[in-house]
Amino acid sequence: MPNHTFRLNGEPVNVDVEDDVRLLWVIRDLLGVTGPKYGCGINVCKACTSHINGKAFNPCSVPVGAIKPTDEVTTIEGLAATEAGGGLHPMQQAWIDNDVAQCGYCQPGQIMAAVAKVRQCRAEGREVDDAAIEELRNICRCGTYNRIREAIKAGAEKM
Amino acid sequence: MPTHRATTTRSRPTAEPAHRADVKRRSFLGLLVAAPVLVTAAEIGRQTLVDSVPDASAVALPSAPQPAELYDLLDVIRDSARPTANLITVKVNKDGTVSFALPRSDNGQGIITSTQMIIAEEMNLDPDQVVVTLADARPELVFNQLTGGSSTTFSTYTPIRVAAALAQGRLLGAAANELDQDVSVLTSRQGLITGPNGRSLPFGDLTAKAAAPVTEAANVVLKQREKFTVIGKNRTKSDALAMVTGKKKFTTDLRIPDALPTVICRAPDLNGFPRSVGNLDAVRAMPGVTDVVKVGSGVAVRAKTYGQAIDAVDALEVRWAAGTVPGADDESVLRKLRAAELPLAVPKGVGTTLESDTVFYFRSNSSLETNCAIADVRANSATIWGPAKSPIAAQNDIARKLGIPQNAVTFHVMEGGGSFGRKLFYDAALEAAEVSKAMGKPVKLMWTRADDSRQGRVHPMATTRVRANVVGDAVASFEIRHTSVATETNPGLSEAITASAQKAPGGNLTVSESIWETTQVTPYNVGVSTRFLSEVDMRFNTSSMRNIYSPDVATARELMVDRIAAQMGKDPYEFRSEFTKLERWKKVVDRAAKEADWGKSMADGTAQGIGMHVEYKGVACAVVELDCRPETVNRQIRQARTGPRVTKVTYVVDVGLVINPRGVRAQMMGGINDALAMTLTSSLHLTDGHFVEASWDNYFYTRQWNTPPEMNIIVVEDSDAPEPGGVGEFGIAATCGAIACAYVRATGKTPTYFPLDHKDPLPFTPYPTSPPVPPSPTNGLETTF
Ligand code: FES
Ligand code: FES
Repeated sequence: MPNHTFRLNGEPVNVDVEDDVRLLWVIRDLLGVTGPKYGCGINVCKACTSHINGKAFNPCSVPVGAIKPTDEVTTIEGLAATEAGGGLHPMQQAWIDNDVAQCGYCQPGQIMAAVAKVRQCRAEGREVDDAAIEELRNICRCGTYNRIREAIKAGAEKM
Repeated sequence: MPTHRATTTRSRPTAEPAHRADVKRRSFLGLLVAAPVLVTAAEIGRQTLVDSVPDASAVALPSAPQPAELYDLLDVIRDSARPTANLITVKVNKDGTVSFALPRSDNGQGIITSTQMIIAEEMNLDPDQVVVTLADARPELVFNQLTGGSSTTFSTYTPIRVAAALAQGRLLGAAANELDQDVSVLTSRQGLITGPNGRSLPFGDLTAKAAAPVTEAANVVLKQREKFTVIGKNRTKSDALAMVTGKKKFTTDLRIPDALPTVICRAPDLNGFPRSVGNLDAVRAMPGVTDVVKVGSGVAVRAKTYGQAIDAVDALEVRWAAGTVPGADDESVLRKLRAAELPLAVPKGVGTTLESDTVFYFRSNSSLETNCAIADVRANSATIWGPAKSPIAAQNDIARKLGIPQNAVTFHVMEGGGSFGRKLFYDAALEAAEVSKAMGKPVKLMWTRADDSRQGRVHPMATTRVRANVVGDAVASFEIRHTSVATETNPGLSEAITASAQKAPGGNLTVSESIWETTQVTPYNVGVSTRFLSEVDMRFNTSSMRNIYSPDVATARELMVDRIAAQMGKDPYEFRSEFTKLERWKKVVDRAAKEADWGKSMADGTAQGIGMHVEYKGVACAVVELDCRPETVNRQIRQARTGPRVTKVTYVVDVGLVINPRGVRAQMMGGINDALAMTLTSSLHLTDGHFVEASWDNYFYTRQWNTPPEMNIIVVEDSDAPEPGGVGEFGIAATCGAIACAYVRATGKTPTYFPLDHKDPLPFTPYPTSPPVPPSPTNGLETTF
């Protein structure tokens, strides 16, 4: 069985599994890191949103065989550690300050997408405004969208 | 038929001081439970505060109070719990914390947090010092372990306070002994009881001394509302940190030894079932697969990863039996509904007769977490983990299915990733038990998104017809006939309801009739007012979706109210303010109009709309602004519905006593976003015996590009009502009505069906029904940002 090495939340990981198994299942079912959630499996709901080398991506739609040993995969569990100084990432703190989460199922993906969207806007010299936030496709079936908007704007100011 | 002109409503003094004074003096009965540490208990359903129905305001042609005004669904659920023994308990632990196992399910409503607040208030603690967990299924609680109909806080508020107040009193008594002081000079703060000399004792040191040697009843007086310091203050959810760090565990996140991912291969037809499998051995040999067995609803596959289980599911060659609605489609269902419609009784021709007929298509109540459960079934016992709002009924059904006694089934209630009525049922838990038994191994069963959308429970398709007779400035009659595909009520809810339904005026009703009678109120003085439900069982998988009948009925009702106002030459807001039945309701309508700047000038193609709704011991009024201009309606977003956009919502809600205003606002926000989906973008299309929509790129729940950029939610803090009402479902119906009315005002067109886009061309190519699960893409690295 093929062996795969990559970096997950700052640590090297190693797993034996067929190449075509999607990374979401490798992370959740084999490595036991359960922050990224399943909501569709077809890159639509964005509940599994994580980062690869600092960019948002959806591991439900990437075969593990496409991941290189040097790739750094970050899930919600590893987000805080990507910030200097320890503690929570400012976006996580903004989420708490705005009491965004309802059931919480979509929120790991929402936060990971929000962080990437802010970075993308910065890189492109754009405002993090309603128009930018409306590019986010993450579903929240509990309907917390309006608090998400507030939190993204607040979190962006601290990033 | 006599008619009168509507008189102007006068403000009436409210009865508020009277019942608040009553509350102060009343004492309640609780229990001290014999235990090594202090344990107190109270009965759910026993204690309630005064709950009077305020007087009707003086408007012509008052409508008689309808059953739901006097005795609503919340009363039904609470009263069904009355015969149950004294089994909810507050325990003071040796580490000084206070713990409470909540016999309810939390799927994001925030009831764990509000329960912490209620106990903290009575015991002068910080809410953080109270540990609230979800109780496992406890059959002795009978109806008390049911979460539904937004009943939790309403039915648990007083009993929890009674138990907590009793504990506080015992601790004070024990401290008085220890400190050799009179109780009246002691203060209790944050788990520390302090005497006048500054000496203090923590709860943890006192609990054994305060413990009761024998179980006995005791009287207790509750804290006065004026002294509240926790209740009524904003509080962030207790698990907010766990939720933003990925630490909150949902069912499929649990690591139960050997409970491997398990997925069921389901039929193309709704509720089809397997006859035979052609390639069992080949599929058993696929990578990662450990077991493949045929079960009632399909063919179950257990594998090392869900990905491999899904691949195996798609590889299975199954011969299927037809489902429960073979060949059916939206039109054929509508024809059956039409045939079952009840007549409108008041003849036309009394004044001006206005009539409407609106169709509401199937909608999905799939939450983001799909149906799931873990089961470990052994020879004579079973352990189940899963989200469940009626775990006792689940435990019972599972025991029956497995042929073991009910007490041999342990059901661990997990926090769910959303419910919206779906987790009143336990489809996945039943299946997981069946599969675990068949495989002889533990399984972690999860429905795929496609199954959750196509085979999962739905909000039934329905028609609502309204006829109103208007004579001059008065409404002589207002009749509603709602005809619906039958809503399945789960065993837990139906037992609770039938146990109490005879108490509702009219008595002896079936379960759905009971829910209908105890939830539906026409909140206006509109003369002869009738509301009837007829249901047709067509073997669909349905459930009481968030707010049950009300979103549809309120849409049709509020549209008719606008037409009546127009007929009288009145403004929609003025009409509602003038014709609403109670002063408490009128206040909310007036406040909403004021906050929303009702009547402000709006651009062509945009409009305000207003809707009100009464339910769950509360009243809500929504004012929305809707943009129907072509440049908005025709916005292009890939794999999305755009259409008319709600640009602003003002929502005023009086839910009685507010425990956590932030939590109430959050529930309203969710309800408002649901209302957008219900009226504008989200529906299931039935074709050839199955639902077309297989995922979120087919089923268009509200997204960031739909949600209102402006939302102003106002929770009335000085309500006349003495008790907390229900909040979980209360954001939806009023908003639905307001959106529908705004659409008519913006476009001049009155819709005959909802959601508005149901008959537009599908903006997607449907996924095939066989194989059942759309394959995961492999190009995820091309869509990074
Ligand atoms: S599960 Fe990955 S996008 Fe939905
Ligand atoms: S918080 Fe429940 S799905 Fe977003």
